[in-house]
Amino acid sequence: MDVVLELKGITKRFPGVVANDRVDLDLRRGEIHAVLGENGAGKSTIMKIVSGLYSPDEGTILLEGRPVRFAGPREAITAGIGMVHQHFMLIPVMTVAENIVLGREPARGLALDVRRAREDVRQLSARYGLEIDPDRLVGELSVGLQQRVEILKAFYRGANILILDEPTAMLTPQEARELFRIMRELARSGVSIFFISHKLDEVMEVADRVSVMRQGRRVATLPAAETSPEQLAELMVGRSVLLRVERGEHRPGEPVLAVEGLGRAARGGRAALADISFEVRAGEIFGLAGVEGNGQQELVEVLAGLLKPDRGTVRLGGVDVTGRSPRQLFEMGVAYIPPDRQAEGLVLDLTVAENLALKDYYRAPLARRGLIDVKRLAERARALVVEYDVRPANPAAVARTLSGGNQQKVILGREVSSSPRLLIAAQPTRGLDVGAIEFVHRRLLALRDSGAAVLLSSLELDEILSLADRIGVMYKGRLVAVLDADEATRERVGLLMTGATAAAPAGAGTAAAGAGAEEVRRP
Amino acid sequence: MTSTRATAVLVPVLSVLLSFLVGGVIVVISGHDPLAAYVALLQGAFGSVFNLANTLTVAVPLMLAGLGVAFTFRAGLFNIGAEGQYWLGSIAAAWVGYAVHGLPVWVHLPLALLAGTLAGALWAALIPGVLKAWTGAHEVITTMMMSYIAINLARYLIEGGPMMAPGYTPQSPAVLPTATLPALVPGTQLSWGLVLAVLAAVAVWFVLYRTTFGFEVRAAGLNGRAARYAGMNVARIIVLAMFVSGALAGLAGAVQTLGVNHRLFDAFNAGYGYTAIVVALLGKNNPWGVLAAAVLFGALNAGASAMQMQAGVPAHLVDVVQGMIIFFIAVDGIIRSVLRRTRKEAAQA
Repeated sequence: MDVVLELKGITKRFPGVVANDRVDLDLRRGEIHAVLGENGAGKSTIMKIVSGLYSPDEGTILLEGRPVRFAGPREAITAGIGMVHQHFMLIPVMTVAENIVLGREPARGLALDVRRAREDVRQLSARYGLEIDPDRLVGELSVGLQQRVEILKAFYRGANILILDEPTAMLTPQEARELFRIMRELARSGVSIFFISHKLDEVMEVADRVSVMRQGRRVATLPAAETSPEQLAELMVGRSVLLRVERGEHRPGEPVLAVEGLGRAARGGRAALADISFEVRAGEIFGLAGVEGNGQQELVEVLAGLLKPDRGTVRLGGVDVTGRSPRQLFEMGVAYIPPDRQAEGLVLDLTVAENLALKDYYRAPLARRGLIDVKRLAERARALVVEYDVRPANPAAVARTLSGGNQQKVILGREVSSSPRLLIAAQPTRGLDVGAIEFVHRRLLALRDSGAAVLLSSLELDEILSLADRIGVMYKGRLVAVLDADEATRERVGLLMTGATAAAPAGAGTAAAGAGAEEVRRP
Repeated sequence: MTSTRATAVLVPVLSVLLSFLVGGVIVVISGHDPLAAYVALLQGAFGSVFNLANTLTVAVPLMLAGLGVAFTFRAGLFNIGAEGQYWLGSIAAAWVGYAVHGLPVWVHLPLALLAGTLAGALWAALIPGVLKAWTGAHEVITTMMMSYIAINLARYLIEGGPMMAPGYTPQSPAVLPTATLPALVPGTQLSWGLVLAVLAAVAVWFVLYRTTFGFEVRAAGLNGRAARYAGMNVARIIVLAMFVSGALAGLAGAVQTLGVNHRLFDAFNAGYGYTAIVVALLGKNNPWGVLAAAVLFGALNAGASAMQMQAGVPAHLVDVVQGMIIFFIAVDGIIRSVLRRTRKEAAQA
């Protein structure tokens, strides 16, 4: 296989950091080359250099053996390098065809030649096996199909090198599998693909070669067939990591949280909830699975006291707590880790110590008669920072200066140290790297083993499958199934997430999954 | 930590220096000697006890109202209606000061001050605060409209209204001696209000950094959503923060009325409430910063006439410098980036 793209000694500095440090990387024709690394390892930077968004401070890029310099993304696209960003750059109110030709429209006089655009798109999708209806509005498509439009957009501009930036982040397992099938087909037809990811199993599944980045350097490039997830994780983090935290025996106690007939109409841009009933017992983790936007977050916020339900009751240890405020629930032993740590979980411009006190600053031992005991607050923060391994271990540091993983540790420390009866954790590992995920998982399990009830809502199915004792699946605002961990397989839960009924046999799943996934429309 | 703290001080200081530099260029263009102008300005502001007292006299209401504005900034609110709250405070203090008879000083004076403080507080909290907290009505609009109402209310009261003193001048009767803030420096207008302003700065610092309410204000001001998620009652914080802010602006009006003007009149010294916004911004919403910024604006004001008399530079140049300060605060991003670059170069050299 010949090399289409070669990066030699690429260095990129930003104020205070070297984002890429003498990185060598090559892409062969028709290969899927995964670029793996934790957040901040420099994988996005190097791909932004390849796609012309950044220019390197040092080093050269060879395209088909010839040195190139891109002054901007436009030049990279002209040279045949197309990037599909994690967040799509599509216009929802325009059709598929219009989106694809946008910027390079076939014209008839001053008007868009709609027929030719449609024809071009049809040909393109036939050539690459990317089926799509050119006349559908993009806003009506599932995320998986929108991504397909992004890929077609790149091909329409003549790309033969494709960069996919965390392409599975928004997809269901079925959609991800479909994407991998497409990627393999594209590679077979001669397209070369850089696949950016921090998910080990995906990389193992689809890549031909894997390059691992750590702290701006490329630390290894290995054929996927000759490596293992354990080895990759170790290369990424720089130490050995437990990929799957051991989960002890499930010994459920009394129900802590009991939800009955909970309902809430869709309003204010929030999804509806309909007739939700379930229990979470002491000493168990109840996992809430679902495709984003199917009501999990609304359910979680109702339980945290942030949204008011229209119908139904929420009981905590037998006491009706429906409609109580976040403060009242906190005082009854409910802790909540919100999904967006920067917007909801932390006050980024306060110190770590102040963020650790964000919930109980008003009561003893931190405060008395409205006065804060600054010494106590700092003392407790010093202890928590050590206990929860926040780095730097400096309670006076401003929260904004911490990495995402350490910010999450601050939230985890705050919520778990309040010894809650019920911990509601909404996407507690979103955007974290392998090492930090392991830490969060351990803490959740430790809390469960100490007899607390944990409600874990996550878009990462693997996370739910590895941690939860029981799994509830949400679809269109309903809790469509509750499964025990040992009867929950990836396929079965994945199918339920797309609205298939619980009765569907697990074996028939794969074939139906692709079609099922496409029908899901997200708001 | 130290470098960010140093930057926090350095940026406003550089803003001021740059403003003077640009002002100097304008002096040159207008055919005067900038050095002479600024020397005159400095002397006019600080050159004697009398001049210094004048500077501080202007600074006192700016300190108090500036602290009020800074407090709402800390809560993530933009109370630009300090002017109206200042007027309400003046009205209430003046009325208690001249209409209530037969009280000893130690009751009458605190009562008049309290009346002004409370009037300003309620003017800010009851309508703008409550509307913001429960309907989301933007406080910039509501506080501004309340200002117009307050200013015109004051005019009505003393221009033929119930508070007008006998005669033809639009002013209230003079406050009684028992309600007068005594002079701090005899023979000047500087009253004990200065002490009140410094105490207020200490109090604001204490509330912000040592009380649970201050913690709530800072948290809600920086991230209201996280504050709500953490169980704080953000609506209550909004109303209380507006109350405190209005109280300080009202106290500014009361101090000015009881210590300097000794009556309510339709004065040219209006506008403290607006300048207070700039004072808060320049002081970076920090209590000590607000005190320093208020002294600067007091100095500009007090030194302007000296500059005109001694160097022949129009006193309006001071307005230009003030405008420039506002400009350079608004673009402090530029100053920050210049600082960053020089530091980087210094590090490389």
